[in-house]
Amino acid sequence: MDKKMTCISCPIGCELTVQLDENGKILKIEGNRCPRGVEYATHEIIDPKRVLTISVKVENGVMELASAKTDKPVPKNRLNEIIDFIKKLKIEAPIKRGDVIVEDILGTGANLVVTRTVKKRN
Amino acid sequence: MDVLVIGGGAAGLAAAIEAKNMGVKVLLLERDRSTGGVLNQCIHNGFGLHVFKKELTGPEFMEYLWEELGDLDEVIRSNYTVLKIDHINREVFTLSEEGIIVFEPKALIMATGARERSLNSLRIPGARVTGVYTAGVAQKMVNIYNRLPGKRVLIIGSGDIGLIMARRLKIEGMDVVGVVEIMPEPGGLIRNVVQCLEDFNIPLWLSHTVFEIHGNERLEGVTIGKVDENLNMIPGTEKYIKVDTLVASVGLIPQNELIENFVDVDQVNRGPVIDDFMRTSVEWIFAAGNNVAIHDLVDFVYEEGKIAGKFAALYALGEKLPEVKYEFKRGKNVGVMLPQRFTGTQPFKMYLRPRKSMSKSEVIFSGKTIRKFGWKIRPSEMIDLKITNFEQLPKEVIVEVNEIG
Repeated sequence: MDKKMTCISCPIGCELTVQLDENGKILKIEGNRCPRGVEYATHEIIDPKRVLTISVKVENGVMELASAKTDKPVPKNRLNEIIDFIKKLKIEAPIKRGDVIVEDILGTGANLVVTRTVKKRN
Repeated sequence: MDVLVIGGGAAGLAAAIEAKNMGVKVLLLERDRSTGGVLNQCIHNGFGLHVFKKELTGPEFMEYLWEELGDLDEVIRSNYTVLKIDHINREVFTLSEEGIIVFEPKALIMATGARERSLNSLRIPGARVTGVYTAGVAQKMVNIYNRLPGKRVLIIGSGDIGLIMARRLKIEGMDVVGVVEIMPEPGGLIRNVVQCLEDFNIPLWLSHTVFEIHGNERLEGVTIGKVDENLNMIPGTEKYIKVDTLVASVGLIPQNELIENFVDVDQVNRGPVIDDFMRTSVEWIFAAGNNVAIHDLVDFVYEEGKIAGKFAALYALGEKLPEVKYEFKRGKNVGVMLPQRFTGTQPFKMYLRPRKSMSKSEVIFSGKTIRKFGWKIRPSEMIDLKITNFEQLPKEVIVEVNEIG
């Protein structure tokens, strides 16, 4: 069986064809222009994952929000749960880009990291 | 001052970084309170894969540029609006809290970016109600000001910002009914169709558009329907959708009001004609980024900014830059294309968009194949070509993209 998908590892978006046997085992991956395509297709078949980008509320900052991301892809089927968890968070300014807000978020192995520097409000 | 940069987005910051590294005195004027441009509100990732070899979010990419520039206060002047450029006397008139100041730079770099096309330009029947936003405005509300535009939203247009906003508004708890796209293909990157719509079960209706807007003061709903191959509405396909918010992602328009009256303008790109040094037809004025043509990737915009910064600095230092020797002319299937001229003195990158999708294709320069694509190319995805060999090219190079079997 052939499964078609678009690689989302980068904005080029290679169209991949994954050949699977009757047990769902990957036989061949075609259409990728770089090794990340193979990695993406493999994950997509076995355990699809995504990097989540989101905002976190900030108290006493020059902005009300800091943008944040998971530093590793997290399981796609747990995105909603992770989003709900992050929405309840509040962090205190000042914060620096790269600061870890939550380590190993909900046991996914990924950290939630701030992607923007927010200074303290005077 | 040697080099003046107008606009503090990715192109302008990159231009300022490079000009400063070349050892000239550079000043960057920004209209907003701080620089970064649209990167500031693009909190999703996918930036920097070419330039920094890693996947960054917009704010991270922006802060990397700030760090590369070093002392921001030395170079950047925020809250400055440029009123007029006198290209003959080489004067730039600005307005700020300091009043009207006239700069006389040796070289000027235009990095004014693009503006969003508004929904009004589509002439949809109905009142001009509250609740209709462009995608970029909705993005700024949500990502910068922590405000949601409403409760239930339809996105019109499947450009990248539209797709990204569909996901963003869903994550923030809005009911995202779907995305309508008038064309038979998505306008944005396929990657975004997958990770923004499919991942979040948001429907994409291709060959569909908004027929009518309902409501008097506040948006109450829209009528959507199908269009035929000539983009005419098909009667009988109408469907009423109750929404309080409509987000339009219907294209970007390069901003060139300051120079369009005196530089050569490319009507397809809707930006200045430029060469491989990012020079416009006026020798002391350079340009880079989305004001030259709409790009897909900030990485390419950054690279153009660096080129403009380098050659503007050399020009300001009094160096005689080579003259344009070759010209590109659009042939079959070529849409957006840059540069349109080149000197033939250095390798350079050419960017172009095919007019239609093709599964296998080749790019031809005056009858000679210079690149083959074994994968699908689309108008929504800009192609970049490295041009290193000019010897056998005629002075006027006809560029074509052909489908091959």
